[in-house]
Amino acid sequence: MAEPEKNFDQDMEFFVDMQRCISCHACETACAECETNGQETMIHVNYVDRAHSVQTTVQVCMHCEDPACANVCPADAISKDSNGVVHSANTSRCIGCSNCVMACPFGVPKKMEAAELMMKCNLCYDRTSVGKKPMCATVCPSGALYYGTREEMRKKRPNSDPVNTFKFGAQTVHTKVNVMMPKGSKELKVH
Amino acid sequence: MAYEPKEKNPPNWKGDFPIRQDEATHVTRREFAKFLCLLSGGLALGNGYVVLSSFAYPDKELEGEHLVCNTSEVPVGGMTMFAIKGTKEIPYILIHLAEGEWRAFEQKCTHLSCAVVYRDEVKKIECPCHNGWFSADTGEVLQGPPPRALPQLSVVVRNEKVYVTAFKDTIS
Repeated sequence: MAEPEKNFDQDMEFFVDMQRCISCHACETACAECETNGQETMIHVNYVDRAHSVQTTVQVCMHCEDPACANVCPADAISKDSNGVVHSANTSRCIGCSNCVMACPFGVPKKMEAAELMMKCNLCYDRTSVGKKPMCATVCPSGALYYGTREEMRKKRPNSDPVNTFKFGAQTVHTKVNVMMPKGSKELKVH
Repeated sequence: MAYEPKEKNPPNWKGDFPIRQDEATHVTRREFAKFLCLLSGGLALGNGYVVLSSFAYPDKELEGEHLVCNTSEVPVGGMTMFAIKGTKEIPYILIHLAEGEWRAFEQKCTHLSCAVVYRDEVKKIECPCHNGWFSADTGEVLQGPPPRALPQLSVVVRNEKVYVTAFKDTIS
């Protein structure tokens, strides 16, 4: 088997700061620009509480250590590479069953009904594998999305801590992507 | 932050359908070509061995007479099977064709070595595998895929006992 890609910078990590999202949809547009996505965005901007607030958050694939979407895929379409990136469904295998959509605790995969395919973020693998930053992170004006080293992040946000451990009831999920939380946070409990 | 598999002993089906790309086995074109070369090379060597060994150890003609059975044991139109002890143990069939007419042939069809049987109702030898038919008189091919006649033995009847010897063509 081939050696893992050496161009992928293992020190670089993805950070999401939900509070900084200003609903500009630049990340969505940038993601859809990518030719490999076929003009479809794989990152989603969601309203937190549409009736009462204009606050939005971004939803990017968390690239779980043990991805539920890949585990439940009956067609073996979702795979994880040696860099920890969970790839979008292999279109030649995806049967559009939506198992991954229902399994993901973060609600990331979205099924493209028109194409009967699931599409999700693959951490801009075409870019990150050659040392570039993901599209969405490069265009985000408010810093809600950031791709860089943990050291850089610590300097930028001294009062926040990146968290990549999530508790969904009894289940603990470790991810490759970090969410910025108040300083001292070790894990995020989702009930 | 290199990825480590969470489970050390995943269930068997996970091995067949791994999530991780580096756990998935991929047969490259080069590996497949190598396998084909080795396989065909092995087959060529095996065929060469068969040819060489047939030259090195040619079949010896049967020597002497060998007792098969008593004449009373095989009725007219009947067939029995035998092998000659102390030889390569080739299976033979002995056919009681008519009163006093006996034939002995190898039981292996010359096509793919299926066991042939004598069909008294048509007075022919049948290979049931691929509908091959041989003459019960001379062993020559009448129909079907067999390429050669059945090898034959001469039958000698003496003192109510049936013996076989190497076949001698009585006509020529």
